[in-house]
Amino acid sequence: MDNETILEVREKDGLLVHQGVIRVPYTWAAGEAASQFYAGLARKVIYGIRCTHCDMVFVPPKKTCHQCFAELGEWVKVSSRGVLETFTVVHYSEPELHPVQAPFAYGIIKLDGASTGMAHIIQGVDLDRLQAGMSLEAVFKEQPEGNYLDITCFRPAGEAKGHG
Amino acid sequence: MAKRTAIVGVGQTNHTSKRRDVNGQELINEAVKRALADAGLTLRDIDAFVIGNMDHFEGINCVDGWSIDGSGAYMKPIMKVTTGGSTGGTLGSSAYYHVASGLFDVVMAIGWEKNSESDTQAAISTCADPILERDFFGGAIGPNAAEYAMYMKQYGASQEDAAMVAVRDHNNALNNPYAHLRKFITVEEVMNSPMLCYPIKLLDSCPRSDGACAVIYASEDRAPKIAPRPAWIHATAVSHDYVYFGDYDWEAMPTLEATASRVYKRAGITNPLKDIDVMELYLPFSTCGVVWMEHMWVCERGESPKLIRKGVFNMEGELPVNPSGGVLSTNPIGATALIRIGEAALQVMGKADDRQVPNVRTAMATAFGSCYWFEATILRSTMS
Repeated sequence: MDNETILEVREKDGLLVHQGVIRVPYTWAAGEAASQFYAGLARKVIYGIRCTHCDMVFVPPKKTCHQCFAELGEWVKVSSRGVLETFTVVHYSEPELHPVQAPFAYGIIKLDGASTGMAHIIQGVDLDRLQAGMSLEAVFKEQPEGNYLDITCFRPAGEAKGHG
Repeated sequence: MAKRTAIVGVGQTNHTSKRRDVNGQELINEAVKRALADAGLTLRDIDAFVIGNMDHFEGINCVDGWSIDGSGAYMKPIMKVTTGGSTGGTLGSSAYYHVASGLFDVVMAIGWEKNSESDTQAAISTCADPILERDFFGGAIGPNAAEYAMYMKQYGASQEDAAMVAVRDHNNALNNPYAHLRKFITVEEVMNSPMLCYPIKLLDSCPRSDGACAVIYASEDRAPKIAPRPAWIHATAVSHDYVYFGDYDWEAMPTLEATASRVYKRAGITNPLKDIDVMELYLPFSTCGVVWMEHMWVCERGESPKLIRKGVFNMEGELPVNPSGGVLSTNPIGATALIRIGEAALQVMGKADDRQVPNVRTAMATAFGSCYWFEATILRSTMS
């Protein structure tokens, strides 16, 4: 593939600075656990997977329990509501990476019925009023496509305004 | 504190062109479980892990951490090793160093790749110097093609000589249930296959595969209790360089010659053709199976085609090469060289099933990567 290159010549010593871009296309197999998770999101349902040995429900799900190495297969519907465990407010912009503009909040949300938290963006609330422990709910895209951003954000539970 | 070290278990996936049913972690998991089952061990027995691939083939840069669900290395030491095509050889060396140091008793090496997930040649080009060489880095074929063109002119070798190597490796793969390409071929079919880069044709060339391999190394304190016939590591050697393409001495192949000389010396091998019972060689192109035998001191310069025509390196020959089908039949790049070590170990352990060479006491595995890195391992059925 073509790598775009730009040469700069430094004024003070004439040395070159070579700028380039790496473009490599990828096609990632999602695997069994992520495939089921995304299929659930496309129906606006959030699935976790249970490890009976460790008494854990993983959200997002995984094929193998990282603690006991058991192969997992017991799917569990979890709530789209949960508790904000911790969060931060981002004040800088990374337009190539961030799906929303700064300032924005993201946090770890432990859904009711899950043992692990999932990371997501929090909207629909004044950033100064965010508090760990507050109750949040997932906001789904109107037309989900089967990926992580089918949940556009989390917002305070029970409120209908300001979804992303 | 230094310990003798042996391979006690080998596991690999059934390699294929595309494993769209699993992600990388799940692919790794298959090889890990097979290696544990082969050794009769559980994860609790593994003290440390080394894992490797080529970052740009999957675009995942923290594979050591990301792969934990596959490797089972949760809360244990794991480090990533990556040296291009020779990654699998370096993985084996690293696991060996871990155990031989006396610091770890049982260590698992894991190599894997999902070549189907990216553009292999574009990813390989990121190995080249970004300022001076990347723009015209044409992937892996060109240098080897140029090497064989030079060899043919110098020694009167033919494209058919290379085709005979392709036929040998491809047809050996028919005995290997894990091999990616398993199709009977003839010299005529190799000669008639599409030209990729003169004189290398499609059937002279390795495929791109998805697959993983895991190999378990154990110390002299543990190995005899785990495996009835462990494959003892007698020597490893590594020679890496970085030169611009035009700088390399194509006629002397200094990295391969240094690697072979060192590993033979360390293992007390004076005549590789007589002293070694089987070789699993990293031969990415059939042409390498002609030229490199000479740089490995198996025969005199220019004599390799004669030995190939006599069948010396065939399954029933004096020194069988690549009973598994080699790299020409299976090439999940980060796993490829570890498969060579694993297959050599299976030969020594007497567990190579339909591809077993009788009475193997000494086996050699090699790794090749970048331009031009070589590694080698000598395994034996006896500890000393």
